[in-house]
Amino acid sequence: MKLVIAIIQPYKLEEVKEELYKAEVNLITVSEVLGHGRQKGVTEVYRGSKETGNLLRKIRLEIAVNDNFLEPTIRAIVKGAKSGETGDGKIFVLDLKECIRIRTEERGSVAIG
Amino acid sequence: MINSGDTAWVLISSALVLLMTPGLAFFYGGMVRRKNVLSVLMQCFIIMCVLSIHWVLIGYSLSFAPSKGFWGGLQWLGLNGVGLGSYADYSATIPHQAFMIFQAMFAIITPALIIGAFAERMKFSAFLIFTLLWATFVYDPLCNWVWGMGGWLRNLGALDFAGGTVVHINAGIAALVTAIVLGRRSNLDKNVPTPHNMPFVVLGTALLWFGWFGFNAGSALAANGLAVNAFVVTNTAAASAGLSWAWIEWMRNGKPTIFGVCSGAVAGLVAITPAAGFVSVIPAIIIGLVVSVFCFIAVTVIKPLFGYDDSLDAFGVHCIGGIWGALATGLFASKLVNPNGSDGLFLGNPRQFLIQLLAVGVTLVYTGLVTFIIYKLVDIFIGVRVDEKSEAMGLDLTQHRERAYTVLE
Repeated sequence: MKLVIAIIQPYKLEEVKEELYKAEVNLITVSEVLGHGRQKGVTEVYRGSKETGNLLRKIRLEIAVNDNFLEPTIRAIVKGAKSGETGDGKIFVLDLKECIRIRTEERGSVAIG
Repeated sequence: MINSGDTAWVLISSALVLLMTPGLAFFYGGMVRRKNVLSVLMQCFIIMCVLSIHWVLIGYSLSFAPSKGFWGGLQWLGLNGVGLGSYADYSATIPHQAFMIFQAMFAIITPALIIGAFAERMKFSAFLIFTLLWATFVYDPLCNWVWGMGGWLRNLGALDFAGGTVVHINAGIAALVTAIVLGRRSNLDKNVPTPHNMPFVVLGTALLWFGWFGFNAGSALAANGLAVNAFVVTNTAAASAGLSWAWIEWMRNGKPTIFGVCSGAVAGLVAITPAAGFVSVIPAIIIGLVVSVFCFIAVTVIKPLFGYDDSLDAFGVHCIGGIWGALATGLFASKLVNPNGSDGLFLGNPRQFLIQLLAVGVTLVYTGLVTFIIYKLVDIFIGVRVDEKSEAMGLDLTQHRERAYTVLE
């Protein structure tokens, strides 16, 4: 079992979701986060003062998958999120020690699906 | 003779009508996604700035200066000769400038209504040029035909108390045309956009309802019985339409929604607008009950059927509600309410209904056509729609470099 954490551009969320559904990955958790990247970001202007702050808005996806779903998941995220420009984001893959479905108390691979 | 009561009422009404535009901004702003809320507020607000200037420089003259041409005359450009004495042809008891500034607020809100159709995808620069051209070539002539001295629809006897034709049908059909030619927002089918802030919608509706008393009762241009009639039927129609919409939802979807009540109330206000000075309270209830049925069908059945993306239902509420209101005026109008009006079909005067029908038809055809031409011209010269990435990122950032909400302090 793996835990995939991806940081992507907010405006790419729809495309990534769509690619994930195509890959039959239907279980995701999405949160809005602020991050520090190499990308300089979009300048905002408030009453003439520019804000180029280095914390940018990103979307964080968390997806727990069984091993055979790992590559399709990664491919789907890349396909949906890639624009080729700085700031497209990152994907982290972690080993997942345990997964428990609260309703049934099932554990392991069966609990992920 | 200037009457201080009348003048005070028209000035207050002008302020009330002005408040409708920011009210509309919140009504619309709550309905869009949060990445676009500032763009909608900005479009409404900049219209207040741009058209206020346009109106005193050229708009008022083109709309109201007596003439026999396509527009009003040019003699009142820059408010030349529009003074602080009365101008009896429009209103004998208030200063001419009071009439002018009251009308300015109508010229402001009308193009702002169209924003609902092209929200979330129009370039700001294109929007500005489109709005200026539209005010000059659509609003001003139509206003002249219906309300100006020598206007041909006015001479024909078309009844439009406070702007059902000039404001709502006019903006509503322009909305449909722009929604169609601009095309659908991208990703619409996969990701149905939900209103990002429903309390804003409610706040906006409340401000609209409040401001509408100025819109309709102020259109009496005097603090008199007619203004009171307009005030009462306006409130009554809004109430019955809000109830009616909620009831339809309750029957059809199992639950009434606050969004539905708000939509209904606005539809009711739209529908009573042309009729406010010509009908009494029972017809107002009927006008309100029925308008929600028409508008509900327009936004939940007709829009999906044809697939045009009228983002915030400017056509479905304002055009459909406006048409019903204009025709209902031809049905229910009564000389007992307003001796200067006329009787409608139900009081044995079918001719009035036909005149109303003609005024509606003229507006639909003229505005539809000219809006299309203006749109195409602006599109050729600078392009109307933002590129796909800007649309995905949202207009707040890409058109204004601002955002409405922060994640952390």
